[in-house]
Amino acid sequence: MDSFLSGLELLARWDVIAALLVGSIGGVLVGAMPGVGAAVAIAIALPVTFSLEPIVGLTLLLGIYGSSMFGGAIPAILVNTPGTPVNALTTYDGYPMTKRGESRRALSLAYSASFYGAVVSILALMLLAPVLAKVAPLFGAREIFLAALLGIVLVVVTHRGQVLPAAILACLGIFLATIGIEPSAYTQRYTFGLSWLQSGVDLIVVVLGLFAISQALVLLMSQDKPVDLPRVEKTGFFRQMRELWVYRRIATVASSLGVICGMIPGVGEFMSQFMSYSYAQRTSKTPERFGKGNPEGIVASEAANNSVPAAAMIPLLALGIPGEELTAMMLAVFYVHNVVPGPRLFAEQMDFIYALYISLFLLNVIVVVFLFFATRTLMKVMLIPSRFLGMMILTFSLIGIYTLRNSLTDIAIASAFGLFGFVLKRLELPTSPIILGIVLGKLMEDRLRTAMARVREPWDFIDRPIAFVLFLMILAALGAQVWTVVKARREGGSHD
Amino acid sequence: MREGPEDQPHVFPHGRRPGEMLFVTITMTVAVALLAALPWQTTWLPGKGLAAQPRFWPAVSLGGVVLFGLLNALTRLRVPRTPGRWREAAVWLRSLEFIGWYMLYVLAIPVIGYLAATLAFCTGIALRTGYRGRAVWIAAAFGLVVVLVFKTGMNVKIPSGAIYDHAPEGLRYLLMRYF
Repeated sequence: MDSFLSGLELLARWDVIAALLVGSIGGVLVGAMPGVGAAVAIAIALPVTFSLEPIVGLTLLLGIYGSSMFGGAIPAILVNTPGTPVNALTTYDGYPMTKRGESRRALSLAYSASFYGAVVSILALMLLAPVLAKVAPLFGAREIFLAALLGIVLVVVTHRGQVLPAAILACLGIFLATIGIEPSAYTQRYTFGLSWLQSGVDLIVVVLGLFAISQALVLLMSQDKPVDLPRVEKTGFFRQMRELWVYRRIATVASSLGVICGMIPGVGEFMSQFMSYSYAQRTSKTPERFGKGNPEGIVASEAANNSVPAAAMIPLLALGIPGEELTAMMLAVFYVHNVVPGPRLFAEQMDFIYALYISLFLLNVIVVVFLFFATRTLMKVMLIPSRFLGMMILTFSLIGIYTLRNSLTDIAIASAFGLFGFVLKRLELPTSPIILGIVLGKLMEDRLRTAMARVREPWDFIDRPIAFVLFLMILAALGAQVWTVVKARREGGSHD
Repeated sequence: MREGPEDQPHVFPHGRRPGEMLFVTITMTVAVALLAALPWQTTWLPGKGLAAQPRFWPAVSLGGVVLFGLLNALTRLRVPRTPGRWREAAVWLRSLEFIGWYMLYVLAIPVIGYLAATLAFCTGIALRTGYRGRAVWIAAAFGLVVVLVFKTGMNVKIPSGAIYDHAPEGLRYLLMRYF
């Protein structure tokens, strides 16, 4: 109870409250702008948060992370364009409802399902993170290595239809993490005699290039499309939000799937959304109406994707292992402020952990209240032309990169990664395996080196229960992928 | 009625996109070149185990890029390709123009100052991308707001312009500190 009160005290400051408001409302805004999204906004805001206190910086980033999907549902429902990629399935039923003149009902369902998913996920975080933190001391170097390896394997195999490109990009990320002076014997790796490469490739610079500059280039090279905003009724929001009660089974299952997928490194929103949508369709009394404006589809999609952010914090807080690119960015904030996630954080800074829980809950309340009153005004951000948005992102990204260390080299490296990310986006290839490769690659190298010092026989590596279970999970993930490929070949299809 | 495929958001790609093989080829060529540089760009420490070798992870990761690149090339070659490889490559190269403007913006800041450089960049890009009239003024206003929020308000670390040195004493401090 003392820790809870201390957590509240941590939050009861004007700068934290301002960060919470700016983060949550800003997150909704960027989510509602198709082509921006949380990754771009967090990448830009990340270096700015380094000068803030950890709780202020993290609250700001959590606000953007947790609220962008709320905003992303708005263009998905109203103009058939998902605001963030994870709102894609919301368009299937949201837009047909708008065409039927039920835009308000669709938005209300999306907001209430999102809120429900977020609350379930926060409860899971509150219950499971301390449990995992208690188990965490049993995680030695080999367990951490295997958990990180599992994360890499999962981020690769969950990219359905793009497994091999994802593997290439994950390996590329791991390679990028090795550049510079390595920390054990202090030898140089791939520095080519260049002094600026000795400190390695900065994760933030890569993130800004891959997410912000690349997206700016995509938008600047695109054509502006006229947006025809539909009419949204002024009243009835709250009344229609209560309709979620009718779909409580779907919302609960979707939220639970979101929590599970969020907790497993490398899985995340897409998988949870597809599993939930399939579940909702399979168990629906009217499965033929899916894709034609079935409210169950919106509930499944939105509850699932909004239950991921808090759940993704579970392995991050308890083990220091990020599950996807956004939590990887947050890990950077932890490290900059010498806050080391893991069991010690739970033992020594429980007030900080409680403050994070409370801020996660508060941001969802702020977002729903904001959307109650501001949806019709917020719709106007969809009218910002895409090339204009590109110019805005490029202007913001300079601040992000320059605030790091005023380095022109950083700008050049970020621009190179921006070009690389632009090509990846043109080819519809994923960028997240690179980021996870960089973050988890570093972790894997370090932990494997430590673990191997105590390993005599290969079997020693998995002779502890957790290591053995993680090893089995890796084998299962790889086995499932091989089975999928073999099955697709037998059926005459092509699947990597 | 369900939307037609063209109205649906794109979730998973199906066919071989133009430029896909070109990208894989370039990536693999770079990876092979980096692998070839492994002996003199990394160190082998005698008497240390494999996992403790500084060479181990670069070799594994670059080997992975090459191996998965080859597998990817083999599987994707069987998928019917969409023509337009070089047209796509031209699009990649055309994006360099905006990188060029961006670099110019960055280089201009220490010379003409953040305010002038940002205003010039925002309006310049707006004009370059075809906006005219009110949109250009909005772009300028956006640039001004960015400077006022980040440099004036939050005092982010952005170098001041050399041009400010020519301003009168009192004004010079204001310009250097806030703009």
